Amino acid sequence: MAAIRIRDVVKNYGKLEVVHGINLDIAHNEFVVLVGPSGCGKSTTLRMIAGLEDITGGEIFIGDRVVNDLPPRKRDISMVFQNYALYPHMTVRENLGFGLKIAKLAKPVIEERVNEAAAILGIDELMERTPAELSGGQRQRVAMGRAIVRHPQVFLFDEPLSNLDAKLRVQMRTEIKRLHQTVRTTIVYVTHDQVEAMTLADRIVVMKDGYIEQVGSPLEVFEHPVNTFVATFIGSPPMNMIAGRIVKKDGHFHIAFQADQTVPVAADLARTVTEGQEVIFGFRADDLMPDEHAMPIPGASSRLRLKVDIAEPLGTETILFCNFAGKDIQAKMLNPRPVPPGEVMDFSLAIDKAHLFDAASGHNLRN
Amino acid sequence: MDRVLKKRIGKIVTWFLTFVLMLIISVPGLWVVLTAFRPNREVLAKPAIWIPQDPGWTNFAKIFGFGAEQIAIPVPAYFANSLIIASTSTVIALLIGMSGGYAFARYRFKFKNKIFLGLMLSRTVPGIALSLPIFIIWSRLGLIDAKLGLIIVYVALNVPFTIWLIDGFFRQIPKEMSEAAQVDGCTRWQAFWHIEFPLAKSGIASAGIFAFLTSWNEYALASNLTRSTDSKTLPVGLMDFTAQFTIDWAGMSAMAVIIIIPALILTFLVQKHLIAGLTFGGVKG
Repeated sequence: MAAIRIRDVVKNYGKLEVVHGINLDIAHNEFVVLVGPSGCGKSTTLRMIAGLEDITGGEIFIGDRVVNDLPPRKRDISMVFQNYALYPHMTVRENLGFGLKIAKLAKPVIEERVNEAAAILGIDELMERTPAELSGGQRQRVAMGRAIVRHPQVFLFDEPLSNLDAKLRVQMRTEIKRLHQTVRTTIVYVTHDQVEAMTLADRIVVMKDGYIEQVGSPLEVFEHPVNTFVATFIGSPPMNMIAGRIVKKDGHFHIAFQADQTVPVAADLARTVTEGQEVIFGFRADDLMPDEHAMPIPGASSRLRLKVDIAEPLGTETILFCNFAGKDIQAKMLNPRPVPPGEVMDFSLAIDKAHLFDAASGHNLRN
Repeated sequence: MDRVLKKRIGKIVTWFLTFVLMLIISVPGLWVVLTAFRPNREVLAKPAIWIPQDPGWTNFAKIFGFGAEQIAIPVPAYFANSLIIASTSTVIALLIGMSGGYAFARYRFKFKNKIFLGLMLSRTVPGIALSLPIFIIWSRLGLIDAKLGLIIVYVALNVPFTIWLIDGFFRQIPKEMSEAAQVDGCTRWQAFWHIEFPLAKSGIASAGIFAFLTSWNEYALASNLTRSTDSKTLPVGLMDFTAQFTIDWAGMSAMAVIIIIPALILTFLVQKHLIAGLTFGGVKG
């Protein structure tokens, strides 16, 4: 069993604290993605699990062992690095077998395991080449092969796809997911790309400035972000956020924006707001749709008439950039047609799916 | 004039000038080699004999003590001294340079930049300026006319340079290589030995060759600190060919050739080793 438990873990570089007492439980065989902007402490956390960084405070358990003072080689982990870190003076075969050779395994065993890993990743043909003779995607596969030959309890991935071009990244993403399904092992994966996080993870850990902001399944994090940071970080295009103030109109709460534009507060949120409260109103592009879709919007909706500034056709959908209450917002058109700039369209906004955040704390008022 | 022709003439002129320039640079060296293979009387002849009339290996046989004529200069002993002093000081400088270079490249410690700057500044002091203080200290310690005395001086001369060079080579190797090896089951030492050392090998070799050549060719300090066949090195031994009234130019040149040959071989090796394309490819590309 290789569950990972992180308890009040702190990391200091000199006087600077970069990870502030985080807690996290990762179950056996779970695929957990740490995601956040650069400098949020996700790589540091991963490197502390690997043993490549000292832990300033708190405890990390792998299985039942506290690993704080164990060197990387005693933690039974493998790691795939951002720049692959293949050994340039060894062939692919030697690269794969290096860890087993150091562990002094018998030659036939090494041979068998290396071949098995090569077969899983489809790199049989490349075994006698050196890393310099491989393409980016092939190097990535070899790096993954080097991780799986040792049959470790935990795989650690440190932004493994960020050096690949967009097409290859999508392909390798699928392969990593397939790998996890083949070799059932606990995986901790670090990325700054929220799409990677969403597509790969069983659970996403969103980090910012050395704190964990939210932990949850991809859909949970997407649909119920705990604060404005998670709401804007997860999801593409990012959630539209507009500052407003709660007012009472005809006995119901509304959010008033600049230029007297208002939107009603969703029924389930009516009890959490007070008149005059400063809020941030957030909704995804998917929840603001042109009326010409003639698609029923679940729950309450609000009608808006907006001028389209820019239309970005993506094939299956078109993103419409409009201005609402002095803010640029995005809407999604699912039945694309050419939209000339300046066209005025009618939209329906799904009020029940929109979020309200407290302007001061940034917390989601629905939680 | 036709442009192609113009270009060609330009090229020919460039090459001709290069040839003349290289000839001027090489003449003293060539003259030493030529002189080494001719008898002294031909060297001293007036008017000068430009093309050797009677070339041969006599001068070499003489200085190494073979054949009928011999010279009372213990060249084999000087050769052995030079070899021992240059090799030992190189090995020590390399060991220190490797540890120091690795430490500067990989570890963070207090005053790191200041210590590194201090090492580099020590290179700015001309060796000859140190000769008097070294002489005084060495004479107190009884290190004058001892191989150990010269070895220590040469190690001190070479260490800053080897550290600087080796630090650069270790810096080129991404630290993830060593980390990957450690995750793969290596101790830090094994990671160094299996991964970082083989990758920095060419750099370490060039540092070694530079250090060896410095010690091998050094004259000023060695002439101060050595007295007898116990410690005199080849460059110092060259002066033995000058007597009160005569200079044995032929013998001196033969010895100079012997000094030059290892240096020449090693210089070619440096060139080959300095092409350090080995680390490319292991990381992103």
